[in-house]
Amino acid sequence: MLKKSLIALATGLALSTGAFAQDKIDIVFIGKNTGNPYFDSLTKGFVEACQKIACNFEFVAPATAEATSQIPFIEAQIQRGVDVIAISPNSPDALNQVFDSAREQGILVMTVNGDITGNESHRDLTILPTDFTKVGADQVEMVGSLIGYEGEIAILSATTEAPDQNFWIEGMKEALKDPKYSKMTLVATVYGDDQPEKSTTEMEALLSNYPDLKGVIAPTTVGVAAAAQVVQSRGIAEQVKVTGLGLPSEMRDFVKDGTVEAFQLWSPYNEGWLAAHFAVDLKAGKAKNEVGSTFEVPNLGTITINEGNSINTQSALTTFNAQNIDEFDF
Amino acid sequence: MNIVRGILMRRETGIALMILLLCLAVGLYKPQFLTMNQLRVIMLLVPLVMIVAMGQMLVLVARHVDLSVGSMLGLSAMLTGMMFRDLPQIPWGVGFIVAIGTGALLGLANGALVTIFKLPAIIVTLGTLNLYRGLTFIVSDARQVDRQFVPSAVKAMSQTSPIFGIPWIIFMALGVVLATYWFTLHTRVGRQIFALGSNPSAAALRGVKVNQITLLVFSISGALSGLAGIMYASRWGFVNPSNTGAGFEFQVIAAVVIGGVSINGGVGTVPGVMLGVLLLGCVAAALPLLGIPGTAQGAIYGAIILIALLIDRSVRQQGIASLKWMRA
Repeated sequence: MLKKSLIALATGLALSTGAFAQDKIDIVFIGKNTGNPYFDSLTKGFVEACQKIACNFEFVAPATAEATSQIPFIEAQIQRGVDVIAISPNSPDALNQVFDSAREQGILVMTVNGDITGNESHRDLTILPTDFTKVGADQVEMVGSLIGYEGEIAILSATTEAPDQNFWIEGMKEALKDPKYSKMTLVATVYGDDQPEKSTTEMEALLSNYPDLKGVIAPTTVGVAAAAQVVQSRGIAEQVKVTGLGLPSEMRDFVKDGTVEAFQLWSPYNEGWLAAHFAVDLKAGKAKNEVGSTFEVPNLGTITINEGNSINTQSALTTFNAQNIDEFDF
Repeated sequence: MNIVRGILMRRETGIALMILLLCLAVGLYKPQFLTMNQLRVIMLLVPLVMIVAMGQMLVLVARHVDLSVGSMLGLSAMLTGMMFRDLPQIPWGVGFIVAIGTGALLGLANGALVTIFKLPAIIVTLGTLNLYRGLTFIVSDARQVDRQFVPSAVKAMSQTSPIFGIPWIIFMALGVVLATYWFTLHTRVGRQIFALGSNPSAAALRGVKVNQITLLVFSISGALSGLAGIMYASRWGFVNPSNTGAGFEFQVIAAVVIGGVSINGGVGTVPGVMLGVLLLGCVAAALPLLGIPGTAQGAIYGAIILIALLIDRSVRQQGIASLKWMRA
């Protein structure tokens, strides 16, 4: 008797969960690497979206951000038969083949927070936090406004081969040709490999080699925090202005004690939020993955799919300073 | 003549000369290398490596090796950081007990695997290098402990102290160096480590408790890695499961070997290791100052380690040769 009812219960459960699963799509997000605080915020956007709309969400990531380290993770998700693979690619070309086989299985492949530039035909669409062609110019304007548009500046980057970094640095060099910045000179570009130790020694070397340095742009979260720490410990916040792309959670202390006046970034949360909404709408037939088509996302408004099947979650960088930094919880 | 001979014969002399030559050469090209500011940069760069190198020296002298120091540092730092974050009512000083205690236990586990199962230390610690790193990810749920959760008092230790404003972490490293110096030269157990490393079977026959000494050196290595763990949180203000301590074993073992510690056991001095750490610190600070690009720095760093070892070897051989000539 007991056995029978247990079986009935089990069948009932199986049926109901089965029906449940059919309604929801499975989204997996593959980050660059684990333990990267940037992706905590991005993942939160996915998680909170999937609490409201019809998706199941999972985050996975390799231990290191090497070019090929994501391949086994993508293969595992193909085996599992997920509906959507969202990924922040570690390489612009190493993933082409495995993306192709995922798409042959009918899986939607979208790159998030970084694209496979030059190999766009191997993914379905890309969701970028902002218009990357404007990042370099925005950062130059930021440092310019901090130093009164006059004096020596330097760039502290991540690794020499990081595609986004190099793209932004090119943008900065291009922007500096504007007559508005004619009194600003870029004296050096150095690379801290996104390690706190190396970023610190590179920043110290910049200060020793260029005693007249007025500003430093570090368009990387590890670099900007390391640069700020050096300026803080030398007590030279008045002479050298540090800015760049940073996480409010890592920069809050430096902004509050006046080491850093202002820095920029976008909302990683909105990338996850938008990606989940688009995937669900697409599978439900409410959105189309076509250039020029639009769809609605709660809190973000009307989103347009741009040239190259690319979506930007915001049009310009957000600037964080002492007035607004407490409004952000990432 | 005996004093000259004594100095020339010492390995430390060669390393000290190399540091001097390196600083002068870099200083000729970049005068700002020979300033107080640069001294500060180097002195803030070396304390963590210095502390862990002291433990590694003892392990190498005992004819073992500890590859897991970076992961022990990472796990200790993570547990301490999580305590700061999740239990802020606990006084920050407890962080030192947690960090050193965690490290000591992890080191003890290394030692136990080596002694009980008679496994080679290089394999055991290669295993725990990965195991402890994996545990760091598991306990932290792969999340970083952010700057705002590390108590200001802990961060301040890397910035200043009442003594001429020299940061506390430099004094801590100095304290560990002096304690190790005293331990290796003036205690019975300290001397037994050398006896064990020189000839394990003879040491056992002469009543050295081989297993206990082995457990001890691994525990010390772990405890010092743990201390370096909380100092990492102090120095950099955050603890990250993948970054914190990653690759640290390379710097530490390189410094210890440059410092004249034999990988065959039984040989090594605290001043030598200290100079080895300082040499690597000078190189790390000099490379960016010389404007050598990041891509080439790894290769140059490795090459300098090899050159340092070769020069050291030939300096000592010539020193011995000139002494023979003087005697003749």
